[in-house]
Amino acid sequence: MAKPEHEITWKELNVGCVIDEPGNAASYRTGDWRSQRPIYTKDRCIRCGTCYVFCPDMAIKIIQEGYVEHDLYYCKGCGICAEECPTGAIAMVDEEE
Amino acid sequence: MATKVGMEVSLAAAEAVKQANVDVVAAYPITPQTHIVEHLAELVNNGELDAEFIPVESEHSAMSVCTGSSAAGARSFTCTSSQGLALMNEIVFITASLRLPIVMLLANRTLSGPLSIWNDHSDVMSIRDCGWIQVFVENGQEVYDHVFIGYRVAEDRNCLLPFMVNLDGFILTHVIEPLEFLDQEIIDRYLPPYRPLYSLHPNHPVTMGAFSTPALYTETKKAQDEAIREAMPYILKGWQEFGDLTGRYYHPIEHYKTEGAKVILVTQGSLGETASIAIDSLREKGETVGLVKIRLWRPFPVHEFREAVKGAELVVVMDRAISYGASAGPLAMEIRSALYAEEERPRVVNWIAGLAGRDLSPEDFLQMIHQAKERSDEGYEIYGVRG
Repeated sequence: MAKPEHEITWKELNVGCVIDEPGNAASYRTGDWRSQRPIYTKDRCIRCGTCYVFCPDMAIKIIQEGYVEHDLYYCKGCGICAEECPTGAIAMVDEEE
Repeated sequence: MATKVGMEVSLAAAEAVKQANVDVVAAYPITPQTHIVEHLAELVNNGELDAEFIPVESEHSAMSVCTGSSAAGARSFTCTSSQGLALMNEIVFITASLRLPIVMLLANRTLSGPLSIWNDHSDVMSIRDCGWIQVFVENGQEVYDHVFIGYRVAEDRNCLLPFMVNLDGFILTHVIEPLEFLDQEIIDRYLPPYRPLYSLHPNHPVTMGAFSTPALYTETKKAQDEAIREAMPYILKGWQEFGDLTGRYYHPIEHYKTEGAKVILVTQGSLGETASIAIDSLREKGETVGLVKIRLWRPFPVHEFREAVKGAELVVVMDRAISYGASAGPLAMEIRSALYAEEERPRVVNWIAGLAGRDLSPEDFLQMIHQAKERSDEGYEIYGVRG
């Protein structure tokens, strides 16, 4: 889907609204749904990978040396990572802050 | 080129489905549609029809199976009545939005309650807005013919819409009629194999039935509405070419003795034949009375209808369903709306009649026409109700 949704006209839709571009759900920015975002404190992280395992949207990437990074394009701000982190290395803050 | 047979209309309908060479039949038996499904099961079982017959556990599943099989590129058939249609309701709307060319025979029966198995149009009117092409037929031959016409129109790349044929329960389904069966060679010439535009295949992955956000939903509905409006010329083409091959021509609006008619009766479905007897007797007495029969219900042929009643002073509309608390029955509502923009429009008097198998004789139609002359053209009345 090259065009943003709000620019597509009815004439540009496929018959039956068929999506013939497999995997284009990847371009959907679920991060727009977020009201809280995760703040990561690397110093507290013990590189256990618990947040990576629990994230329901695979929005946490393992980076060098086993530390992690949130992918805010997809992160919906559910806070499960912060809840599960054994050392309190992840905290949730309101988006406005 | 054609063979004359005497056969129960339900069996003839199943024979037509066989001759249309469908790939999948998924249906659940319900009175008065049962004989169609039973005969199809026989035809598949005895090897006459090479199709998957899927004995589903409900009508919801019947339409779901047809949706899946049609999406996979199979020519798919189902049929139902009344409560069965109510149960499959959810999926009926989805098949139209997915633009899947399923053909369904709807053996019209009233909706409960009270529980009744008899014929009226309350079932189809409950899904008036489902987005299917909807046609009414008058006799067994028209049922047989419209199985082929249905697939031809539905599968046209310019249409790609599901097609519903409304046949009155019992009045048509359980009656033995003389019918003209077409040679397979004629049908094969008229109805080419189905070649889907999109289909579910692992080599060409597509998504059907995806979620739509508020940013796009309005556009999806506009596209669907345009599709059924733009289907009109291809419906006409389907009828025209069928007529050229068989000599039986069909039209969105059928006229009977409307020349110079000041009073026009409007019907839908099989009672048009009974009504025509009443028209004959009035014409014999010199009254300028005619009959208009609505064959194509969706897309509604607004232009053709206006032309059909041009010059009439009084239009008497017979509905066979109640829209509780509405300004009129569903058909009269449509007609009043279609005529509103006309500078010179006839009065439209609305009767609701023939509910759940209450018989209507030619004498009843005479009464409806006669009494309409004294009635207001607002609202509606239920014909023949006691008390």
